[in-house]
Amino acid sequence: MPHTHEFEEVIPSDTAAAQRVQERVIRALEEFQYSSRDIFCMRLAIEEAVTNAIKHGNRRDVSKKVFVRCLVDAERVHLVVEDEGPGFVLENVPDPTADENLDKPSGRGIKLMQSFLTAVEYNDQGNQVTLVKRREPSPEQSGKSA
Amino acid sequence: MASGQRRLDIDTIGDVTIARFVDKKILDETNIQIIGNQLFGLVEEDGRKRIVLDFSNVEYLSSAALGKLITMEKKVKSAGGKLRLCAIRPDIYEVFAITKLNQVFDIKEDQDQALEGF
Repeated sequence: MPHTHEFEEVIPSDTAAAQRVQERVIRALEEFQYSSRDIFCMRLAIEEAVTNAIKHGNRRDVSKKVFVRCLVDAERVHLVVEDEGPGFVLENVPDPTADENLDKPSGRGIKLMQSFLTAVEYNDQGNQVTLVKRREPSPEQSGKSA
Repeated sequence: MASGQRRLDIDTIGDVTIARFVDKKILDETNIQIIGNQLFGLVEEDGRKRIVLDFSNVEYLSSAALGKLITMEKKVKSAGGKLRLCAIRPDIYEVFAITKLNQVFDIKEDQDQALEGF
C-alpha cells in the first residue's frame, strides 16, 4: 500500500463532474481501508462542499471551475475545495437549527460537514474550504484496547 | 428518460401510501430533483394524504435531500394530510438529529409502527 494518495482535479461547475471526483476520493479511502463510518462522513462532506462551490460559489456558471486537492494517508483525509466565486463570511450564515430556521429548505450543508468531520476551515475570502477527517478507531480496535 | 425513472416504490395499505426510496444514495442534485418531483406528485397529482416515507434502502442523504423532505412536509400539511418517516438507519438518523429535523418530522422505527394509529 502506498504511504499517501494525492491528486488534484479541476472540474466544471457541473454535478456529474462532482460525482466523479467524489468517487475518486472514496476509492482512495477504500484503498487505505477506512471504515464504512469514515466513508459515510467523508462522502457526505464532499457532496456538501462541492455542491456549495458549484451552487453558491460559482452560481452554476459553467465557465467557472472548482479546484479540488486531495491527500489521503493511513491516518487522515485532507481535502481542499476552492471555487471562483466572491466568497462568503461564515459568521453570517444563519444557524439552521435555530427555531426560526428549522423549516427552511436549505442552509444545512456546513452544519453537517462540521458535525461529521474533524475540522472544517474556510480561507479569509470564503471561497476555499479545507476538510479534514481523521481515521476513527474501528469498534474492533476499541474492543481490543478495552 | 430521467423523469420516467421511478425513484419511489409505492404501496397502498388502506388509505395510507407507503413510498419506499429506491436509491441508496440521495446525494446529487439531479437525482434529488427527480425524487422531489415524484414525492410532490403523490400529493399534488395523486391527491394522497397519508404518506409514509420508507428509508430502508437509503444509505446516504445530503442537505439538499433534507430540503425536499421539508417542502414535502409542508405540501402534505397544507393539503390537510399527514407524513411519517420510517426505517431510517442510524447514520442517516444522525443527519436528522444534527439538523434538529428529528423534531420537525414524525419519525417511526419501522413500517409497522408508522402505520399504527395513522
